Amino acid sequence: MTAPLLRVRDLSVTFPARRGRPPVKAVDRVSFDILPGRTVGLVGESGSGKTTTGRAILQLQAITGGSVSLLGKDLTKMSSSDVRAMRRHMQFVLQNPYSSLHPRMKVADILAEPLKVHRSVPAERIPERVAELMTLVNMDPASVRRYPHEFSGGQRQRIVIARALAVNPDFVVCDEPVSALDVRTQSQIVDLLHDLQDKLKLSYLFIAHDLAIVRAVAHQVAVMYGGRIVEFGDADDVYENPSHPYTRNLLEAVPIPDPARQRAKLAASVVDPQFRGRDGETGPCVFGHDHADGTSEWHEVGPGHAVSCRFWPPGVTP
Amino acid sequence: MSEPAPRPRHRGQVMVAVGVAMLATLILIMILGPSIAPYSPSATSPNSLDGPTAAHWLGTDSIGRDLLSRLIVGGRGTLTITFVAVALALTAGLILGLTSGYIGGKVDLIIMRLLDVVFAFPVFLLAIAVVAALGPTVKNLILTIAIVYTPAMARVVRAPVLSIKRWDHVEAARSVGVGEFAIALRHVLPMAISPILVQTSLILANTIFTVTALSFLGLGPPPPDPNWGSMLAEARQFMELAPLTVIGPAVAIVFASLTFIVLANGLREMLDVGSR
Repeated sequence: MTAPLLRVRDLSVTFPARRGRPPVKAVDRVSFDILPGRTVGLVGESGSGKTTTGRAILQLQAITGGSVSLLGKDLTKMSSSDVRAMRRHMQFVLQNPYSSLHPRMKVADILAEPLKVHRSVPAERIPERVAELMTLVNMDPASVRRYPHEFSGGQRQRIVIARALAVNPDFVVCDEPVSALDVRTQSQIVDLLHDLQDKLKLSYLFIAHDLAIVRAVAHQVAVMYGGRIVEFGDADDVYENPSHPYTRNLLEAVPIPDPARQRAKLAASVVDPQFRGRDGETGPCVFGHDHADGTSEWHEVGPGHAVSCRFWPPGVTP
Repeated sequence: MSEPAPRPRHRGQVMVAVGVAMLATLILIMILGPSIAPYSPSATSPNSLDGPTAAHWLGTDSIGRDLLSRLIVGGRGTLTITFVAVALALTAGLILGLTSGYIGGKVDLIIMRLLDVVFAFPVFLLAIAVVAALGPTVKNLILTIAIVYTPAMARVVRAPVLSIKRWDHVEAARSVGVGEFAIALRHVLPMAISPILVQTSLILANTIFTVTALSFLGLGPPPPDPNWGSMLAEARQFMELAPLTVIGPAVAIVFASLTFIVLANGLREMLDVGSR
């Protein structure tokens, strides 16, 4: 068993109360590991805390509890300058390639910035490395003198990926990296991320709401709801044998590309089940355990496949 | 949030071109100053309060000095004070506004409240008070005007910084590992440049008025150096005898501030400030 590259333990982010509204637990005691060279897909509906989890792991969001260890070092206990130094190992691919590139910087300068910040190559080698990065993401190295607005969305996302890979990171958080792109470009970017993983032995945290894409890229899948992970397991297990009612719901929400069957499915669909937290409730959980003694909410349903007993609608049993 | 693609604005471009031409005229007169003035600004001739003649195109003032020469050389003084003062206000405004907006929180609160104190005084009243307290020298005048306009500059810098600092490319820079200081300067400030340009131009127009008004009240640079404000003040009593002695400096003042107003409005349209 190899040591995990990234270890997230009880990560919590609570946004303070504002104008009479109660504090929001955007991320609530999230724990998972990512092994070197593997991809964990993080899925869930809008507002389930996916992006906040990604940002909190990268220390771009102040956390309220828990720990994040990368390469065995706890990022949450580091000074901000040490975190900056660690950023050469962890990078970020943002969702919208139209806004994540500085509009008034040339591509050459955008790609050179991480190299300069981390002094990863000597100054005279920077143009060479920039050209190398452009080739790596299948772009023409001659176009580095252009500005971001001269490129298409897919090309821009390639530039964003090239920037993330400039300093040879071990771990990349991809926050909905393809959802701002058209479908054909999506598959190109997904293929590119795949190839780069093989070539560079990268680990990804792949955040998406598109289940099909997550299945295509992820080795393991974490399903998030209400700031918590409710199901975690190998991608095949989770997709073939969804155990948490929310996961089932999510998978059933995928439309069937056949109007007749889709219409029949919509007509037959039951009322939206209510998912609510179990905090403060007593008595046995859906698995028949009493967690009053502080035992884990996690229940193994298969090897490496676990399900939380939180957020089960009333009346639903495993 | 994405930066909208730059749209060329025809009307704005024309206005900016006109403004730049006017500004070039002003700066040219300012630089050449004494060397293009037909007479020394303090040289007197026996014909005082004379109308326009071949020798004195705009006539002479109450003690026989050439009005055109005094306008040219006087413009140099007024404009130098204006430019230096606004440059100082801009520098202070950039530092304070960027610090305040980018760091936010308590720092923002303290800086902005301190600037509010300055901002609360009417510009002119504050200027009179400071110049009166420190004495009417060129240095004090410049300092005063710089102080008076710093809060307006700082606000104009701070407002866009507040939103730009949350843009994606700023977060991307942070995730890459760029330091906060470099992010503020390289990734935030350049995005805020348009409103700052427009505001600087407007403040230049206002400053022309402030400088000449203070000089008019005798709080400007001390005599014998000519400047538009004191020229107006001297000419006021002879207004009916020699109207040009009043009209000359007045037109000069209006032309100078109009330059910056045209420039500001042109820039506003061209750079699309305020409509995004």
